[in-house]
Amino acid sequence: MAEKQYVKIFARFERFWHWTQAALVLGLLVTGARLHGLIGGFDWQAAFGLHLIMAGLIIVLWIFAIFWHFTTGQWQHYIPTFRNLRAVIRYYGWGIFTGETHPAKPTIRRKHNPLQRLSYLFLKLVINPAIWITGIMYLTVNLTGLDLFTVAWTHVVAAYAMAIFVVIHVYMATTGETVSAYLRAMITGYDWVAVDNDEAR
Amino acid sequence: MVTGMFTRPVRLMCMIASLLALASVAHAQMRESDTTADHSKFEALKGPFETGPDVTEACLSCHTEAAEQVQQSIHWTWEYEHPTTGQKLGKRHVLNAFCGNVASNEPRCTSCHAGYGWEDTETFDFTAQNKVDCLACHDTTGSYVKWPTEAGHPIYEPRDRKSAYRPYSEALLQENSDGSVTHMPPDLAQVAQKVGQPGRENCGNCHFYGGGGDNVKHGDLSSVLVSPDRHVDVHMSPDGANMVCTDCHTAHGHKWPGSRYLGTVKDSSAQMPGFRRSDVLSCQSCHSETPHEMASLEGLKLNDHTDRVACQTCHIPEFAKGGVATKTFWDWSTAGKLKDGKPYSVEDEETGHHKYLSTKGDFEWEQDVVPTYEFWNGVVEYTLLGERIDPDGVVGINRIHGSAGDADSVIYPFKRMTGRQAYDAVHEYLLLNNVYGPEGDTALWTNFDWDKSLAAGMAETDVPFSGEYAFADTEMWWPTTHMVAPASEALDCQSCHAKDGRLANLAGVYIPGRDGMGLTDRIGLLLLALALAGVLGHATIRVISASRRK
Repeated sequence: MAEKQYVKIFARFERFWHWTQAALVLGLLVTGARLHGLIGGFDWQAAFGLHLIMAGLIIVLWIFAIFWHFTTGQWQHYIPTFRNLRAVIRYYGWGIFTGETHPAKPTIRRKHNPLQRLSYLFLKLVINPAIWITGIMYLTVNLTGLDLFTVAWTHVVAAYAMAIFVVIHVYMATTGETVSAYLRAMITGYDWVAVDNDEAR
Repeated sequence: MVTGMFTRPVRLMCMIASLLALASVAHAQMRESDTTADHSKFEALKGPFETGPDVTEACLSCHTEAAEQVQQSIHWTWEYEHPTTGQKLGKRHVLNAFCGNVASNEPRCTSCHAGYGWEDTETFDFTAQNKVDCLACHDTTGSYVKWPTEAGHPIYEPRDRKSAYRPYSEALLQENSDGSVTHMPPDLAQVAQKVGQPGRENCGNCHFYGGGGDNVKHGDLSSVLVSPDRHVDVHMSPDGANMVCTDCHTAHGHKWPGSRYLGTVKDSSAQMPGFRRSDVLSCQSCHSETPHEMASLEGLKLNDHTDRVACQTCHIPEFAKGGVATKTFWDWSTAGKLKDGKPYSVEDEETGHHKYLSTKGDFEWEQDVVPTYEFWNGVVEYTLLGERIDPDGVVGINRIHGSAGDADSVIYPFKRMTGRQAYDAVHEYLLLNNVYGPEGDTALWTNFDWDKSLAAGMAETDVPFSGEYAFADTEMWWPTTHMVAPASEALDCQSCHAKDGRLANLAGVYIPGRDGMGLTDRIGLLLLALALAGVLGHATIRVISASRRK
């Protein structure tokens, strides 16, 4: 029977990917807000240059990450499931306040709970591609002859979705057994999870 | 096309290489005469010559077709049929926002005609070949200057002047004991023997002084361009490319490309390595439509702009540079006021510029002027004589065509000249004035009587004048294309990509950084705020419930 062990659940590449992506997304949101005229405070031209550089980097990173997910089989962590979903939602809406334990027990084979699976899948299949594709459309708008405002609009809408994801994601990271538990796991790679003995390494 | 055989980078490299080669040759040779003819050795040019037309006849004895060519150019005809609007334009026909009109003022205005003796439009013989002025453009001595009021002639006898205004160069001036200055006539034989290709000064003698003074009219054409520093004009500066006007306005048979009535705002003509089309004048003729560095994202993005933003927009951040101001406002309605029966003037204490003249009214002058930006497709339409105006609005002396929705229009910089000008209060059209004419009793500048001035101006035309007049607000658009700054001084992105930037008022176009997205932004920000509020609320409940459980 499984017992909780302190094991590595986030590989080195996964952590590198996560934190690099986090920095780039934040940088892109800030420079994007400057380019869109929502904030001021620094040079528009510099924001433009940084935005393009970071966009290029994050695309390269995503290409590596997609490759990694498929070659390692880690993509299976994002297969959506509705089993236990209701319980998880109920936990975040109620149980978390009354001191219940989390209904989903992470294992090495299922390190994400059903809500995480759905939201990360949404990020990876909807928000990320949307922002990536509309960004490339924005950059090449003069070659394609598409309407500048329409392209800009789709990119901005995707950016708002990304910003909202970031806010919720950052907050959800504080909902582990302790406020910093998930954060520590994402940094060190290790967490207490249910492990079948033969899985432990 | 031969160019089709090459890929773009190859073509670009060829172009750069050949341009570099051309440039070095040009620099070594262009400014020194490499002509095969020494005009001082020509028998026909030995002189002496009594008048300008005598010199012209000598020129034509070899250059047999020159007069015919000049007589077909706008420099001679002052007439231009607009291919798009069909309007008959040219100095002979249009009204402007400066001295107004040529009709009835000929001997003054025609001092800049490329000919001799246009004193009256009805009687001047536009086919007389010896009336073509060769020397105005081909003098290289600097001593040949058309006298301001002699209908295109220089002076042929010494002339005394008491006023401070000295049209001739120092070498031809003699100070007299009574304070007057004697202007000596230029030595026509010497001038004729030293003719050459036109330099900046030749063109400038007229084009820098349009509107009655240095840089008054264009704003981007002033005496500073005779020898500008790089900041003022990177092309014409002796420290820059040291180009002359005809390096861009390439003459063929005495016709020059470049027009303010029909500007070339786009030029996708094929670029042959080392060659350019000489019948089209645009920045692109030499610089191509993709002039920025292709190897950088910034360069690529800048190249993305060239289909909708004119080169001039970013590369001429200001005009009227180098210390010579341009007139930006001219209120004719106040002209004619006298003090103790005499005309007077009011000067600006700081700049010394006239703020008021009894002859001309009130002015405003500006230096280092930030242009006004509008979409333009190159077409300019005029309010012609007899055309009905709305005197309650701002009357466009001319109007620029184009819009954001028109793919052939680009954002272009302009000098927007404003003022107040006379119109017929009954018929509601603009009026011609007679301002110049020292002998008669009608000229405004001599008699200060608007009724007589307008009646005399209109008498030159078939358009009736009711005798009643008033003054309307006017505006006139002058495309800005000279005084190109070095690349390092070109506008930054945020000059326009900003809420309060240079294009703050340009309508019909989405400019990132200038324009938000209204409802989309409000909804997006609201959802973001709700997400923030949601997590903060959730966190608060967590903290409170956790402390209660303890």
